[in-house]
Amino acid sequence: MKLSIEDIAFTYPGGVEALRGVSINIRSGEAVAIVGENGAGKTTLVKHINGLLKPARGRVVVGDWDTGEHSVARMAARVGFVFQNPDDQIVERTVGDEVAFGPRQLGQSAPMALANATAALEMVELAAESGTHPYDLTAPQRKLVTLASVLAMHTPIVIFDEPTMGQDAHGVALIGNIIESLKADRRTVIIITHDIDFCAAHFERVIAMADGCVLADGPATRVLARADLLATTNVEPPQLVRLAQAIGLPAFPLTVEGFVTALLEHHSKDK
Amino acid sequence: MISLSDVTYHYPRSDSPALSNLSLEIPAGQFCAVIGANGSGKSTLCSALAGFVPHFYRGKLTGSVEVAGIDTAGSSLAELAGTVGLVFANPFNQITGARFTVREEVAFGLENLGVPLAEMEPRIDEVLAFVRLTDLADQSPYALSGGQQQRLAIASVLVMRPKILVLDEPTSQLDPIGSKEVFAVLRDLAATDEATVVLAEQKLEWVATFADRVLGLHKGKLVADGPPAEVLSSLTLTKYGLEPTRYTQAARAAQAAGWRTDETTLPVTLEQAVEFFR
Repeated sequence: MKLSIEDIAFTYPGGVEALRGVSINIRSGEAVAIVGENGAGKTTLVKHINGLLKPARGRVVVGDWDTGEHSVARMAARVGFVFQNPDDQIVERTVGDEVAFGPRQLGQSAPMALANATAALEMVELAAESGTHPYDLTAPQRKLVTLASVLAMHTPIVIFDEPTMGQDAHGVALIGNIIESLKADRRTVIIITHDIDFCAAHFERVIAMADGCVLADGPATRVLARADLLATTNVEPPQLVRLAQAIGLPAFPLTVEGFVTALLEHHSKDK
Repeated sequence: MISLSDVTYHYPRSDSPALSNLSLEIPAGQFCAVIGANGSGKSTLCSALAGFVPHFYRGKLTGSVEVAGIDTAGSSLAELAGTVGLVFANPFNQITGARFTVREEVAFGLENLGVPLAEMEPRIDEVLAFVRLTDLADQSPYALSGGQQQRLAIASVLVMRPKILVLDEPTSQLDPIGSKEVFAVLRDLAATDEATVVLAEQKLEWVATFADRVLGLHKGKLVADGPPAEVLSSLTLTKYGLEPTRYTQAARAAQAAGWRTDETTLPVTLEQAVEFFR
C-alpha cells in the first residue's frame, strides 16, 4: 500500500513547531528508516501516518484514505504502530489478551484473533508468557509484546518507533529477523531509530530529519555516508562506514562481509 | 569508592538470585561500565548501589554494599540521596510530575538538599546547557520528546553532583552523538571530580571508547572484569549474549579471510581498528 505525505506542518499546543513542511512518498513494500536528533520531529511525523495527529497544513494519504477523513480506529486496519514507550499502549491484563486486542478491534472472531496472537507471540519468543500480566514482564519484553500486538493485525504498513531500545544483542537480532520477514512479505516497514548500525543492516532507504524538516532522503549507502550532513542532526555514519572512511577505503560497507570484501579488493589493487 | 562484599540478592517471591556472590571494589575517580544481556543483573546492581535494593524492592540481601563509606542496608534512601545519584533507564520514572517546567524539575533535587538559591541558578544553567535543554527550560517536562526527557533525567541527577553516580542505560533514547557526549562527560566527571561512575549500558562502542573498566554480568554473576580492550575483544562475549563492536567483528572476519597485521590484539574502538587495518 502506498503512502504519501504532502507538505505537512504541525505545531503542538505549547507552541513547539514540530513539523515545518514535510513531503515523503513511500512505495508499497519499501523499508524506510527515519533518523535524526532528539526533538527533530520523527515521532510527530509517524503519528501522522496512522492519523493519531492531523496535520495543520498539507495531507497524509494512506492507499486511497486521507487520514483527515478517517478515524484512528479505522486507520489501524492499514497502519500498525508500535510506540516508543510500551506503557503508552498496553491495555489488557494478560499478554495473550493484549496481543489479541488489536485483531479483535479489527473485527476478527475470537478464535481467529487468538490464532493470530499466538503466531505473533511465537515470532517474539514470548508464547510461553501468554497468561502473564504484561507488567510482570521486563520493559524490553513489554516492548516485544507491543510489537507482537501489531504483527498480529497483519496491516499492510507497520511503524516501529525505536524498536531496539533497551534490547540486548539477542533482542536486536530477533527484531532484525522480524523486519526481514515483513520485507519478504512485501509489507511496508517504517522505523524510527537511533541505532545506526541496525539501520544499516536492514534498511535500504534512510530519511534524516532535523528541526521539523527532511534533511536527506535516499538510499542508505548514500545518506549514511554523509558524515558532515548527519552531524548537523546529531547522527554519525555506521561503525563500518566510519572505519572505511578513516582508512581511506573507497567504499560504504553496511555489513561486516561487505567491509572485508572491499578491504581485500582495495589491498590487492595496491600491490 | 564502592565496595561490595559477597552480595547475593533475591527479589521477593523469587527462588533464583538476581545477584550472586558479587565481590568487587570500584575506586573513586573510576568510570566503570556494567554490561550483560537483559536479565543479567545490571539494573539490580544499579538499584543495590543506590539503596533501592533492598529499601524499595524489599527482598533478601546478604553480604554488604558500601558507597563512600556508607553501608546502604543500614541507611535510609533519604540519607543516601546526598551521596548516590541514580539515573533510571526510563525517564518517565524519574520525572517527578510535581513541577511545571524543565528548570523547576532540575531544581527539585537541589531544593531537597537545601542548596541556597544563589548557588542553584548557575548550577541549573550549566547543566541545562550541557544536556542542550536551555531553549526548552520553560516548557513542561511532558512536552519534551522521549530523548529530551531522558536528557532531563540525566540533568536532574548531574546537578546534584553526587560523589557516586549510577546510571542505568541512560542513553537508550538519545540520538547517537548525544549518547557519545554523555559518555564523554561521565569520563570527565570521574577523571576531574573524582566521582565514582557506574554505568549499565548496551552501547559497546562508547563503553569501549570511554570507560576505564568493564564489568560483565551473566545470570547475576560477575563473569568478566577488566579494561575494555580486554573484556570486549574476548571470544566469550557472545556466550553471555553480547555482540562485539563491528570493529572487532570486522577484524576477526578479515583475519579469517587472510588479512595479516602486526597488531596482536583485536580492536574494540574506531581508533584501534584504524591501527589494525593500517
